[in-house]
Amino acid sequence: MKQILEILEQNARTTAEQISTMVGLPISEVEKIIKQAEEDKTIVKYKTIIDWSKLGEEEVWALIEVRLTPQQNVGFDAIAEHICQFPQVYSAYLVSGTYDLAVLVKGKNMQEIASFVTQKLAPLEKVRSTVTHFLLKRYKENGEIFQLPEEYKRLPITP
Amino acid sequence: MTTTQHTISQTKRNFISQKVDNMPPSGIRRFFDLASSIKEVISLGIGEPDFVTPWHIREAATYSLQKGQTMYTSNSGLIELRQELARYLELHYGVSYDPECEILITVGTSEALDLIARAILNPGEEIIIPDPYYIAYPADIVLAGGVPVLIPTTKENNFSLRAVDIEPKINERTKAILIGYPANPTGAVISRNELNNIAHLAHKYNLLVISDEIYARLVYDGEHICFPSIFGMKEQSILIGGFSKSHAMTGWRIGYVAANQELIQPITKIHQYTMLCASTMAQMAAIEALKHGEDDVEKMVREYDRRRRIIVKRLNEIGLSCFEPKGAFYAFPSIKVTGMTSEKFAEKLLNEEKVAVIPGPAFGHSGEGFVRCCYATSLSNIEEALKRMGRFVSKYKKS
Repeated sequence: MKQILEILEQNARTTAEQISTMVGLPISEVEKIIKQAEEDKTIVKYKTIIDWSKLGEEEVWALIEVRLTPQQNVGFDAIAEHICQFPQVYSAYLVSGTYDLAVLVKGKNMQEIASFVTQKLAPLEKVRSTVTHFLLKRYKENGEIFQLPEEYKRLPITP
Repeated sequence: MTTTQHTISQTKRNFISQKVDNMPPSGIRRFFDLASSIKEVISLGIGEPDFVTPWHIREAATYSLQKGQTMYTSNSGLIELRQELARYLELHYGVSYDPECEILITVGTSEALDLIARAILNPGEEIIIPDPYYIAYPADIVLAGGVPVLIPTTKENNFSLRAVDIEPKINERTKAILIGYPANPTGAVISRNELNNIAHLAHKYNLLVISDEIYARLVYDGEHICFPSIFGMKEQSILIGGFSKSHAMTGWRIGYVAANQELIQPITKIHQYTMLCASTMAQMAAIEALKHGEDDVEKMVREYDRRRRIIVKRLNEIGLSCFEPKGAFYAFPSIKVTGMTSEKFAEKLLNEEKVAVIPGPAFGHSGEGFVRCCYATSLSNIEEALKRMGRFVSKYKKS
């Protein structure tokens, strides 16, 4: 099970036949395990990591530090779930330290993000303050390093 | 002014030693030139990991440079490295070596092999080696003035050396048996039973066993048996190992020899006059590899294993019958179904399908009819290479 998930995490397009050979289980068994993992949401979703800048797509990202007022009984959950509903929000994490919620937002340009922060996020009743950091360059995402220095090539034949 | 008489020789003098002159160039060399001349080749002809050395190991080395650790180390290598190594060998293989006097750090296992051959051989003495062999084995023996005695191994016996085939070749000149399992080029491993039989021969005829265990960590479906761990054999064997394959550190050139003090001392003597010591930076990297590299090794082994299963299955599917290699990162399929020699097969495959494999005879006569395919490359490369090879085999298959 763990092995199969590891393989899919690396490459979601690995076929059941390939996985079956790699882990030494019948294809039907592999398919069953994957289906099970999809159903119980161990596999949340299959996505593709795309470097949109290659297409010349304008994309602006910002990391926003949000300080919140916790609520009785629900703590930060209610307001965090509320914030997550905004389509601009790409990721949101409750963190320890000087602020509470780390929110990653995505927009077409700076203006779009600025409007989101000033008109949607900051006015929320339980939001005490926000600090917006615009992303200048992405080096690594989801474990994948972007724009690696030129790959060192192995010699074509070695003993 | 005096005149000096010069005798002008009629023929040009050969400045090269006969031993070197008579040595055939490596069979891999020609393929290297061929493959380098063709663009966009998928190469299954590489004998090294496709992983880069794990970051923390690289970082330890650069940090040592920043701190100014740029001096010679002792001939035997940094004591901290030898201590870590002794701990590692005990932990993984159950063999105990004294870091003070039974371990030598070398410039890769290649240096280790050369040192050992020179340290033990008198002119004309013989070392028994299995065929196919790693290309340096016979060369190192010949350069040291010895004679390699080849024992053919076969696909039927999973390319594993058998004591029963060794015994008839033993004579008064036989000094040692050199084994290298898991094996390059076949990926073969050797059973405990057969190692016991070899140990028995070593004992019976008073022979030294040199065990090159550079691929020891790359063993699938089973555990590696370290030859010196066999009862009574530590005293009569020399263990060779290194970091190149297990920790993806080929370019660092760092390996080791472990043996009893009486054996290590003469080997160290040559090392001190030739290499002096292994690179300090590489030794620092090796310490880090031993201390914190276990997760990396296990991760890489899991990955190799998955690719191994794919390549073996695909090779058999396309009609190149392949025994299951249980170690290293090579598959050694038979290409006899095409009726071609290994050399012709590899050359045509390279020209027609742009896939590089190495003809078996580059590793000895017993490699005829086989090619070495290294699966230390991405899964997509393996799948594409095997698709092309499949097309090639169906075209030339003799029905």
